[in-house]
Amino acid sequence: MIRVVLPQHLRTLARVTGEVTLNIAGPVTTRSVLDALEAQYPMLQGTIRDHTTRQRRAFLRFFACEDDLSHESPDSPLPKEVASGKEPFLIIGAIAGG
Amino acid sequence: MSKVRVLVGTRKGAFILTSDGKRDKWDVSGPHFAGWEIYHLKGSPADPNRIFASQTSGWFGQIIQRSDDGGKTWHQPGTPPGEATTAPDGTPKAESNKFVYDTSTETGAPLTTHQFYDGTQHPWEFKRVWHLEPSLTDPNTVYAGIEDAAIFRSTDGAQNWKELSGLRGHGTGPKWQPGAGGMCLHTIILDPTNPKRIYIAISAAGAFRTDDEGKTWKPINKGLHSQYIPDPNAEVGHCVHHVAMHPQKPDVLFMQKHWDVMRSDDAGDNWKEISGNLPTDFGFVIDVHAHEPETIYVVPIKSDSEHFVPDGKLRVYRSRSGGNEWEPLTKGLPQSNCYVNVLRDAMAVDKLDECGIYFGTSGGQVYASADAGDSWNPIVRDLPPVLAVEVQTLK
Repeated sequence: MIRVVLPQHLRTLARVTGEVTLNIAGPVTTRSVLDALEAQYPMLQGTIRDHTTRQRRAFLRFFACEDDLSHESPDSPLPKEVASGKEPFLIIGAIAGG
Repeated sequence: MSKVRVLVGTRKGAFILTSDGKRDKWDVSGPHFAGWEIYHLKGSPADPNRIFASQTSGWFGQIIQRSDDGGKTWHQPGTPPGEATTAPDGTPKAESNKFVYDTSTETGAPLTTHQFYDGTQHPWEFKRVWHLEPSLTDPNTVYAGIEDAAIFRSTDGAQNWKELSGLRGHGTGPKWQPGAGGMCLHTIILDPTNPKRIYIAISAAGAFRTDDEGKTWKPINKGLHSQYIPDPNAEVGHCVHHVAMHPQKPDVLFMQKHWDVMRSDDAGDNWKEISGNLPTDFGFVIDVHAHEPETIYVVPIKSDSEHFVPDGKLRVYRSRSGGNEWEPLTKGLPQSNCYVNVLRDAMAVDKLDECGIYFGTSGGQVYASADAGDSWNPIVRDLPPVLAVEVQTLK
């Protein structure tokens, strides 16, 4: 079971209140996590990755186990703590006022 | 008895203001979509309980929302073909935020480039929906004006969107350029007497018209003069801020340009200036009285460098002669120490016998006049900065 923490606005959009949990059969990577997330919550399509380019939206970052994974390959394995559900995969909105 | 519903989009959510026909007591609901920028909301003339909203964010991109009960509840209307409209847990599925430029060889146009701020060429990139224009007759058909400038149409209630690519691809695109707010298609006007005719306007490209339901388009900017572009009389490149039309006179168009208030009497083929005695002819909004096609309204803004009303006075200017002769309307509006702006989609009119005029400000006030502008009252005073105001007149 993979745990994912969404920023507040995406929790509202997905109509969830806490962490999201996902089941992933194959390798646990950023791509497979986001694919599973969008499959379970289709209203999030386009909000984390661009519809066409599949690139991470510029003001979002991916963190896990106190590391910034935003610029890692989307096909790189995520830390085993994420794959085991011990640690969550964090999707963070860039800090900005206003 | 008639009712009025005012749809307000702000930097931090949407608000819905309702009143009976007297328009002196208002109920306020919201914020809907709290924390998101709501660039525009508009109700379907064919089904007033159907309202479309553009919900957008620099972080999370574009969402399209739809209400089928007058704004009480909302949902994202998109679903892949053949699939259930909700997930097993009841949450709605959606692809209604999928705006992809049509580059197909059958119906599309190549994804070319436009002029960027520094004069270099830059590829088209989707950013957000500025304006939603529901069909006059079909509640499932709605048009979207987007940034980078293009027009899209949905015929299934905003579930799936298809670009009318003849506009972006018609040839002058490399000369279009973004204004300070981005290269946005912000105005869509449907001709009530000719379903094949649509007007649009782009900052900074100009106005365009189709006479074949969006297949082909032509620039309609003859007579516009813009000193801020290399050729002030160019076919395209003008920063049109807004265009308005009265349904009884669909060939007469009124335009608030970056500078200059303009008028066309031949469906945009030719324009003439009608700024007349305005204190400044810079501004964003322009609108037409519901029952008097020659009565028009603008809110002059000091300049392109100082986006607030001149002299600290919030004044709506009205012309009852179709332009050139303008009178300031000030009763009930602040006349000292006021430095707000009124953005291009932030004025609208109702259709009650005594026409109501509404506008929202960058200071979060929404002002209403129940007597065609003679006097004004704030409906609300402290909303987030207002981006858009639309009005529905309900039976």
